[in-house]
Amino acid sequence: MAKPKLKEHIINREWCKGCGICVHFCPKKVLELDDTDKVVAARPQDCICCKLCELRCPDLAIEVIVERQ
Amino acid sequence: MAIKDYLRERFFPHMWCPGCGHGIVLNNMLRSIEQLGLSKNEIVMVSGIGCSSRISGYVDFHTLHTIHGRALAFATGVKLGLPELNVIVPMGDGDALAIGGNHFIHAARRNIDITAIVMNNRIYGMTGGQFSPLSGIGTMATTAPFRNIDHDFDVAELSKAAGATFVARTTTFHAKQITDIIKQAILHEGFSVVEILTQCPTYFGRKNREGSASNMMELYKKNTTPIGSQAKQENPELIERGILHEVEAPEYCNEYDKIIKAAMKGK
Ligand SMILES: Cc1ncc(C[n+]2csc(CCOP(=O)(O)OP(=O)(O)O)c2C)c(N)n1
Ligand code: SF4
Ligand code: SF4
Repeated sequence: MAKPKLKEHIINREWCKGCGICVHFCPKKVLELDDTDKVVAARPQDCICCKLCELRCPDLAIEVIVERQ
Repeated sequence: MAIKDYLRERFFPHMWCPGCGHGIVLNNMLRSIEQLGLSKNEIVMVSGIGCSSRISGYVDFHTLHTIHGRALAFATGVKLGLPELNVIVPMGDGDALAIGGNHFIHAARRNIDITAIVMNNRIYGMTGGQFSPLSGIGTMATTAPFRNIDHDFDVAELSKAAGATFVARTTTFHAKQITDIIKQAILHEGFSVVEILTQCPTYFGRKNREGSASNMMELYKKNTTPIGSQAKQENPELIERGILHEVEAPEYCNEYDKIIKAAMKGK
């Protein structure tokens, strides 16, 4: 199976409360909180599409969209 | 169906504090339901009162938001009336085992086909951080400023002893396991108890100096182990995760049906 390729992170800035769980647990340090304490994908090129950020988000505010193979 | 389609999006962002584990339970419970391919109309969610119980307001199933500690009593009525529906009852540790302890053991004893999810943050979140029957000795709470001296229940052992036929435990750190276990709990025919350790950074975390929500989840990783692991033998303090108990036993609604048939004989 080919490695999944990232299309984009869809981040719902209205729902994100800046708890930092996704930032803390991302294995590739892709995510950061910006100066308004909302998550942004600062280094999307490093994302391995493990979706752990999406699964652990308490606010259902982040979705990892993978390219269709 | 995408998990968002199971939400009542008009109530978002939700009321839980930043980093509250209850949202992670919601997130992954919806994934279980999506993976089982259940439609909204096949599910009834019944909850009581507490931060955890607010979960029923956010899902677009049949929902009942009832009274503190009594969700299982309402759920028993719903299930007996409409046994073809999947009944899910999320509860806080206070809701399930303090005020609701009696309903809890009797629902387990009857082995009625309900999925009970105990969202265990070891404290009363909604009312300001009082200790609960799951806080445990030595913990701090607003009502235990010099440390708690009450023993805690082991939810899994209690459920098993009371007659639950499916008992499992996991944590918000182990998000994929939440999905996997809730799926199996829903499929199990009988009373299923899923205990999920979920962080309350606002009260339990702050009172017990456990740090941020992420740090509390790091503790779930550190302090738990898969059931039957070598690590548990080396360190008995570790809390076991996984399916702890699963047996087949006559289910309450089925037995009740038999009684109706017997009573109706010749009529
Ligand atoms: C009959 C009754 N007694 C007490 C209360 C006050 N009360 C509301 S929620 C709650 C406990 C909340 O703790 P828990 O069930 O553990 O849920 P959490 O908020 O931590 O998710 C209490 C005591 C109530 N609403 N009704
Ligand atoms: S999918 Fe995995 S690697 Fe990509 S941002 Fe999320 S946690 Fe990080
Ligand atoms: S008080 Fe605790 S349980 Fe309630 S929403 Fe806040 S973090 Fe969650």
